[in-house]
Amino acid sequence: MLQDKDRIFKNLYNDLGSDVLSAQKRGDWANTKELISKGREWIINEIKDSQLRGRGGAGFPTGLKWSFAPKEVGSRPHYLVINGDESEPGTCKDRDILRFEPHKLIEGCLIASYAVQAHVCYIYIRGEYFVDGQKLQNAIDEAYKKNLIGKNASGTGWDLDIFIHYGAGAYICGEETALLESIEGNKGQPRLKPPFPALIGLYGCPTIINNVETIAVVPTILRRGGKWFASLGREKNTGTKIFCISGNVNTPCNVEEEMNIPLKELIEVHAGGVIGGWDNLQAVIPGGSSMPLIPKEKCETLTMDFDSLMAEKSGLGTAGVVVINKDQDIIKCMARIARFYKHESCGQCTPCREGSGWMWRMLERMAKGEASKDEVDMLSDVTKQIEGHTICAFGEGSSWPVQGLLRHFKDEIKKRNKFDPIVKENKNIPYLVDQHLLDKNA
Amino acid sequence: MSLRRPAKEQPESFQFSSSSLDAANKIIAKYPEGKQQSAVMALLYIAQKQNNNWIPLAAMKYIAKFLNMPYIKVYEVATFYSMYNLSPVGKFFVQVCTTTPCMIRGANKLVEACKEKISENESELSNDKSCSWIEVECLGACVNAPMMQINDDYFEDLNKEKTLKILDKVLNGETPKPGSYRGRVNNEPENNRKTLLDLKNASR
Repeated sequence: MLQDKDRIFKNLYNDLGSDVLSAQKRGDWANTKELISKGREWIINEIKDSQLRGRGGAGFPTGLKWSFAPKEVGSRPHYLVINGDESEPGTCKDRDILRFEPHKLIEGCLIASYAVQAHVCYIYIRGEYFVDGQKLQNAIDEAYKKNLIGKNASGTGWDLDIFIHYGAGAYICGEETALLESIEGNKGQPRLKPPFPALIGLYGCPTIINNVETIAVVPTILRRGGKWFASLGREKNTGTKIFCISGNVNTPCNVEEEMNIPLKELIEVHAGGVIGGWDNLQAVIPGGSSMPLIPKEKCETLTMDFDSLMAEKSGLGTAGVVVINKDQDIIKCMARIARFYKHESCGQCTPCREGSGWMWRMLERMAKGEASKDEVDMLSDVTKQIEGHTICAFGEGSSWPVQGLLRHFKDEIKKRNKFDPIVKENKNIPYLVDQHLLDKNA
Repeated sequence: MSLRRPAKEQPESFQFSSSSLDAANKIIAKYPEGKQQSAVMALLYIAQKQNNNWIPLAAMKYIAKFLNMPYIKVYEVATFYSMYNLSPVGKFFVQVCTTTPCMIRGANKLVEACKEKISENESELSNDKSCSWIEVECLGACVNAPMMQINDDYFEDLNKEKTLKILDKVLNGETPKPGSYRGRVNNEPENNRKTLLDLKNASR
């Protein structure tokens, strides 16, 4: 287990208070000026040395991302945007940072803004987190009052303004270009890439977008050195990570642990074990709902980091671990996730807009045992037609969990759905059309 | 995508109150000059707050003029995002999360409680017209599942009995305390804490 002295978020459970004085007691804002005076090169190199990978899901190396920002500020200003639109089912880590460790985030914003030469930083928070956003706003006000940010922030000679922008309940705005559209006052539909936001982003200006957790760990990395961070975890999967363990466990919780921690340790030690004992485990979704589930046999030895989960054809994603035990109907669980994606598709690309609804309706029927034999393969075909055929990664996010179900629980589905094709049976199945979209008043 | 449609009965006109106007101008100042369109989401929130928790078409037209942008763009935004209510909801607006992490911990019991206490169908006003409920997608408090949101506050670690009690309070006009209803501290593992222990003890 990770030692307490190596934990970055010491106030994860709010034992110590989240105001600026308590934060300073924990070491935040201690030598910000000194860190920044070492220069951009040093900051970016130190982050590169730490091998920090983005905590928002994709795991892109943060130092590399920062180095994409143009070296000289041209006619267009640079922006830093923080992604706090945490909506992935199973994930609730950013919320705790916003409400209990806001000063780590704000200090990280200052350092990152300096590194990418931005004078304005927008923090995009999902609209549901209004109360937590207010807590962050209080922390920002405190920081302005103490001149930690604002004109000549912390005495560094760098000006920085931080603004909060609230979302309004759209999951897709967690996608970086949709998030930019949302800040610009449009509906959140992702943009084609390239051009990448590092060159053409918010208002057409160079923009660096990072997750809340990524930015919040930056000050500690710089203070303790990239080497220290890299010494935790394993090669290319370094450092610590907040894991959210939810679902059928005895004590669901958020906990900061080392990368590459065994999944079993995470569940047994921190989350108090699976309800009904380890043998009652059915499957685990390792990284938020977008990542394919992993059946029990593999959970024994699985370690939690980007690359080892990739090897299992899943992914670490946001590290939201959802534990599903044998009391649950796995097909129903996945049907509910498919309904989530059907609800949240932005509607821009046809394969995703239509396909997410297809997957949901087929899975609902499969859960009830109303599907025909051939539909199992048809479902797999539908996922393949969505995946890779959309502007953003939502297509993958919605089809991977279904593919995961088909990969590991195909027998279960087949056992329940033994019908011959509908054409022969001619069963009257109302799910074939999107019932709730029919206008009943028309 | 979800189906979102404005209410049939719409008020004739809408105007920001002076306090809303102050708030709106403060928000516009957050964005660069000429980019006031960015404020549209926040302004819709202000309109929603001022107008009993829903946004009439007149408010969209007003905001479009206010921000000097086409009405259709405001309409697009208001109908795209699910947190803008396009038809009247209760003064107490209950949102129950039923996505998988909550579902497997019994979110359907919370839905049952809402059906018993508030109304048979979602988006219907309760008998005294003070309250309405809907099922929503993940609210981002998965380790506190099952949970629901009433206006801005999160109510976590619920079961059916606790939900019934909370709803009773709400219907009686009281304000129940937000947070965990199993008495645990934030997101720590309940009675099973293995980390940051010296800090916990030091703070006592």
